[in-house]
Amino acid sequence: MEFDALLLSRIQFAFVIAFHIMFPAFTIGLAAFLAVCEGLWLKTGNEVFKRLYLHWVKIFALAFAMGVVTGVAMSYQFGTNWSVFSELTGSIMGPLLGYEVLTAFFLEATFLGVMLFGWNKVGRKLHFVATCAVAVGTTISAFWILSANSWMQTPDGYAVDPVTGAFYATDWMKVVFTPSFPTRLVHMLLAAYITTAAVVMAAGAWQVINGRITTPTRWQMRMAAGTLTLLMPLQIIAGHQSGEVAHQYQPAKIAAAEGWCESAPVQGTMLIAWPSDTECGHTGITIPGTSPYLFANAPKGEDLKGLDAFAPEDTPPLWLVFYGFRIMVGAGLVMLGIGVWGCFLWWRGGLDKKGLFHWLAVPSGALGFVAVITGWIVAEVGRQPYTVYGALRTVDSVSPVSTAQVATSLLVFMVTYAIIFTAGTVYMARIATRGFDDDPMGKPTRERRAPGSPLGAVDDPAETGEDIVAAD
Amino acid sequence: MALDLPLIWGFILAVGVFMYVLLDGFDLGIGMLTFVARSDEERNMMTATIEPVWDGNETWLIIGGGGLFAAFPTAYAIIMPAFYLPVLIMLAALIFRGVAFEFRHKAVRPTTQKFWNGAFFGGSAIAALSQGLMLGGMIQGITVEGGAFAGGAFDWLTPFSVLVGISVIIGYLMLGACWLVLKTEGELFQRARKWARTALAGVAICFLAVSLATLAIDPSVGERWGFSMTHIDFARLLPLSPVPLAGMFFCAWLWRDLSMPTGQGDAPDWRPYLLAVGIFLSGYIGLGLSLYPYIVPFEFTIWEAAARENSLSFLLVGAAIMLPIILLYTAYVYSLFWGKVKPGDGYHA
Repeated sequence: MEFDALLLSRIQFAFVIAFHIMFPAFTIGLAAFLAVCEGLWLKTGNEVFKRLYLHWVKIFALAFAMGVVTGVAMSYQFGTNWSVFSELTGSIMGPLLGYEVLTAFFLEATFLGVMLFGWNKVGRKLHFVATCAVAVGTTISAFWILSANSWMQTPDGYAVDPVTGAFYATDWMKVVFTPSFPTRLVHMLLAAYITTAAVVMAAGAWQVINGRITTPTRWQMRMAAGTLTLLMPLQIIAGHQSGEVAHQYQPAKIAAAEGWCESAPVQGTMLIAWPSDTECGHTGITIPGTSPYLFANAPKGEDLKGLDAFAPEDTPPLWLVFYGFRIMVGAGLVMLGIGVWGCFLWWRGGLDKKGLFHWLAVPSGALGFVAVITGWIVAEVGRQPYTVYGALRTVDSVSPVSTAQVATSLLVFMVTYAIIFTAGTVYMARIATRGFDDDPMGKPTRERRAPGSPLGAVDDPAETGEDIVAAD
Repeated sequence: MALDLPLIWGFILAVGVFMYVLLDGFDLGIGMLTFVARSDEERNMMTATIEPVWDGNETWLIIGGGGLFAAFPTAYAIIMPAFYLPVLIMLAALIFRGVAFEFRHKAVRPTTQKFWNGAFFGGSAIAALSQGLMLGGMIQGITVEGGAFAGGAFDWLTPFSVLVGISVIIGYLMLGACWLVLKTEGELFQRARKWARTALAGVAICFLAVSLATLAIDPSVGERWGFSMTHIDFARLLPLSPVPLAGMFFCAWLWRDLSMPTGQGDAPDWRPYLLAVGIFLSGYIGLGLSLYPYIVPFEFTIWEAAARENSLSFLLVGAAIMLPIILLYTAYVYSLFWGKVKPGDGYHA
């Protein structure tokens, strides 16, 4: 393997996008959580929800800033490193991303200002509208980026100019709503909510472990446990549907993900595996005969294609897709377990009594991110060796830039992201673990607000006293 | 009547980039000015004038990149690899500066506070410089062969592009200082007026230098304005002359506003910023007149580089509906945060 501009560009894209996706995944979910909290506060008047809002909005501000700056960097990658791809697909990808900017980016970026700084400038309802605008903006953003990516996975509604080789749209509805788009959008949005719920649960569990149990702590754990228990089963269904669509349109991806080496009428499910020296790669523990149930929609009487059905130059790198898939599923199942266990403890009144659950819930806070990244590895590495599946090869997409330039940029991104990721994680964790109030009963004991600060003018200053003091 | 879609998109893109310059221009300028802040308090006052709006401001940069990708993919595919390194430097600078908005307030130890304050200042300055270098690189032209970028990694680095880079820095400083005149009071307000005046002097010199250099850079530019080494063609120059004259007029007016003792004149605090925008606008229109109709100067016109007709019209529907809405709610949010900032404003966490 030669470290040329192509390989380095691929590594750079993978690095930049894997780093970026963590923040949208977290902020899509957190924006929805904040909208729910503020809505519940306005509806019920229960101060707990206001305190949850004012607490988590600070973490949101940090995560959003990191999402924005890494997103701007992301958006320029197409041009700097994949200029041939950009030129050939510009007439299709350009408008999709253009709609994302027009309908989502401005909405979220502009109303974020109101959300963070408008607390005492606008009324409660208008502030709630701003929160909702940000939440809706993040969701619309997911819509368009998943639409663009799904067109790369299962391209539809296009033709190719015979002279220039450029792609152009013949049917915009088909371009926007490609076969893999609906299930992938649902899969990603659920992933965002689940990722956030796992983080919220982990923060609550940490507070319990450290004896900082307050009413908002209890509520955030309940809400997280409920969300995980409710959404994880839906996510398994959405993921499965997504897999069935992929099997229909991208059989090589599924063959790699499942580890099917040879075509056969009935395939099994490999639970765990270890690399072997054989061509196909793995030996492990397999449940035989599962495919008629898992891929019930596959055409009857035909073999399920294994990797042997494809020319070697048309198959994705096996081990990344294979292990990525298993790690994603494993992480999801652990989060399901955390959710169900949490709900059980809630029912039995043990959610705020320190125990094994809390020690497990804390590290599980990272599992949503693990699942998101490995899931995207399955999707994107599984699409290889193409950028537009079956139509444009990755090797034919790269910019005419030198290896030295790409090596430089990759190094710059790695150093930059290492610094901001470390700092950002420390600052977010500091707020998340600090908790809500010193009084275990959740009642405010003293007033500590920064004079003149916007949140200082909140109608009940003592309730938010802790929240407005800069991290200490 | 068939719409000239590439022309419309060229105009939308030009407006988008100008919106970026006048909006992110002032907050990059203020980022640079934080270097001369006398205290943390003063620095916080300065950032408080931009914190609620910087995020929206920076989104216009994505209109620039995204619009180019969508409407002129051929130009995008040439320009981006040509400016690989300055784009990279700009992105890294914007990343540090963007997170520094938040991280400055979260850092506990004095050394990390200093680091993020430095990142905020340095990121703003380097982002402005690299934008100027790219603008200079654009004006001087890009080496193209067979429809793709065929130049070297450092083609953009010339005395001319460095001149433009410095000009953009000084221009943003002027916008930033004028924004502070609008948004602050007291001692900071007085200092901002001085900064704005100094920057204005620099801007006047830089604009003159860049204009003259641009005339010489390609024969077609000099010809457009009626200049050649031997004579001046007034029939060409006169119809275009209102643009540079307006720029000079705005410079003079701004100088007068900033020189007037406060409290004695009739200059409202919002006028300096508006006049600074006027100066930028005349320079921008002048540049547009020089380069039109090229989108990759002297290689590809907007028609040659445009995307398919049906892509341009598909996105135009969205732009026609969304851009007015975006401008409306952007104006609403600006009006919400209208007025002078007070000590302590801006801490939201």
